[in-house]
Amino acid sequence: MARAFTPKVITANALIEGDVIYLTDDDQWSRELSQAELITDEAHAQLRLLDASAQVGEVVGAYLADAKAGPNGPEPTHFREEFRRTGPSNYAHGKQEAEANV
Amino acid sequence: MYKYNDFDTAFVTERNAQFRAQVERRIDGSLTEDEFKPLRLMNGLYLQLHAYMLRVAVPYGSLNSAQMNTLALLAEKWDKGYGHFTTRQNIQYNWPKLSDVPDMLDALAEVGMHAIQTSGNTIRNVTSDHFAGAAADEIEDPRPVAELIRQWSTDHPEFQFMGRKFKIAVGAAAKDRAVLKAHDLAVRIVRNDAGETGYQILVGGGLGRTPMIGKVINDFLPRADLLPYIESVVSVWNQIGRRDNKYKARIKITVHEHGIDDIRARVDARFALIRPTFTGADQDLLAEIKTHFVAPGFRSGSTETYDAAYKGDPVFRAWADTNLAEHRQADHTIVTISIKKHGATPGDASAEQMRVMADLAVKYGYDELRISHEQNVILPHVHKSDLPALHAKLKAHGLGTANIGLISDIIACPGMDYCALATARSIPVAEQIATRFDEMKLEHDIGHLQIKISGCINACGHHHVAHIGILGLDRAGVENYQITLGGDATWSAAVGERAGPGFAYDEIVPAVERIVAAYLDIRTSAEETFLETYRRVGLAPFKAALYPEAVKKVA
Repeated sequence: MARAFTPKVITANALIEGDVIYLTDDDQWSRELSQAELITDEAHAQLRLLDASAQVGEVVGAYLADAKAGPNGPEPTHFREEFRRTGPSNYAHGKQEAEANV
Repeated sequence: MYKYNDFDTAFVTERNAQFRAQVERRIDGSLTEDEFKPLRLMNGLYLQLHAYMLRVAVPYGSLNSAQMNTLALLAEKWDKGYGHFTTRQNIQYNWPKLSDVPDMLDALAEVGMHAIQTSGNTIRNVTSDHFAGAAADEIEDPRPVAELIRQWSTDHPEFQFMGRKFKIAVGAAAKDRAVLKAHDLAVRIVRNDAGETGYQILVGGGLGRTPMIGKVINDFLPRADLLPYIESVVSVWNQIGRRDNKYKARIKITVHEHGIDDIRARVDARFALIRPTFTGADQDLLAEIKTHFVAPGFRSGSTETYDAAYKGDPVFRAWADTNLAEHRQADHTIVTISIKKHGATPGDASAEQMRVMADLAVKYGYDELRISHEQNVILPHVHKSDLPALHAKLKAHGLGTANIGLISDIIACPGMDYCALATARSIPVAEQIATRFDEMKLEHDIGHLQIKISGCINACGHHHVAHIGILGLDRAGVENYQITLGGDATWSAAVGERAGPGFAYDEIVPAVERIVAAYLDIRTSAEETFLETYRRVGLAPFKAALYPEAVKKVA
């Protein structure tokens, strides 16, 4: 039996900065996982991944990552995606730094 | 120090110009990522979890102050103010922008550095003894040979598309400080009974998912035969190595599957074929390279200031006892600068610290620095009378930690804080262990103990050859840490033994504490090191300390 489809987001790295980015439901790329489109349909996920992968001038290595619905939008289900969302644990660099500067 | 000749400069300039054009074509959409990826990897540019990463080669770990200052410039101008020294004597920048990398490479080229062959299935940056040229126990400076191999391997047409990467290390000392036995190929400069020098060649070592200790393929190779012999080894492996399975593609598997005698016979046959094509140009080149590595004119003078500081200043004495090593000149010493301050990321140095170290090299160290695979920085030649002033300056910049060879001198790969291959974090585990043992003020009492941490099975953190090795894994979506004990990275190399089931992230520091407590309990004296104790008593008492519940169940 095929495994049940679990909710996903589309994530990639930005071409120039390498930042972790997520595809939103209005076809934008956001730095925030909470703004990503949470995809619950497998066929839709494949179509969205094709769309995302075709944007070679903007993104690198788009893939589907497991996520779950949270009060403020999608949340990671695995620690790897948690680290990608947050940034490294030894310095407040990357996103943590960007947020501190807001 | 080797200085680029016109050929080296032209070659690196050309490569940088090519890569600049490739980056432009990637950004304007003419190249897809699939097309661009192999090109960027040939120039040391990776894409990791949060950003790109540029890995710059520090050939055989040797650099001068101008080069160190350029590394600082890169950190400051194009990164986030720091760099990470790696377990293969390279430096990594964790936050470059793709569009800035061509400028970074041009800046490096100005001081004779590059990022070529720091990635991809080629012959990687040649590593060496970080005390090369200074150690009291070496036959000769191994760096000219390492430089010869660097030049020979750079863009070698036969070895650009191999089944897997190939790592070479060169040593020339009685003690192995370059982990020779964990390399695909190791060159050891030796002297025979007749007093002639030659090379002992080892092949098939390596860590990763199938750790193997290198085997001797040639016990005494005449000096003029080095390049054709290495070329024969790589060539034989390149032909018969497993390309069907990347996990079996390294030469260690080829040697294991065919046996060392079969490989030796194939290498000898290949060698007979290609030896005549080496007509001596390589030896002329080596002779020329050697002129770049003449030892500095060591100054002489009284060492009284050192003796006085050693007697009068306990902080200086603790640092001198751990961070100095014997120099071949009696009034000089080798200084290892710890970039493992307790609680900090092992191997990270800020741009400011890099500049301080460069300045110190100019002022006290004949303009020479080395990077060790243990992720520290070395001033290889310092007159003892300069040590008190040097130590004061180091202390002022967070570089005075007295912990070389101790439990907080931890090797750690970047792990899942940066690396896309990682299965768990390494850095915070290292930080916590170092902090914990510093709080307990135990580390000088514990003595020589090497902890090495890898965040995945590829073993960049050398965990297999650690006295206490830690391997971070993903077990059902949770970080889990396996412990191995009794590994050895020296000439008596050994792969550590797995202690048992792994530990959760918040259990790993207490687990290490239990191992150390057991060691302190069972060692015969303070002189018996952890490894000696382990070799005497074996795994059992440590296992009992690690898994007290299991002992209770049996009882």
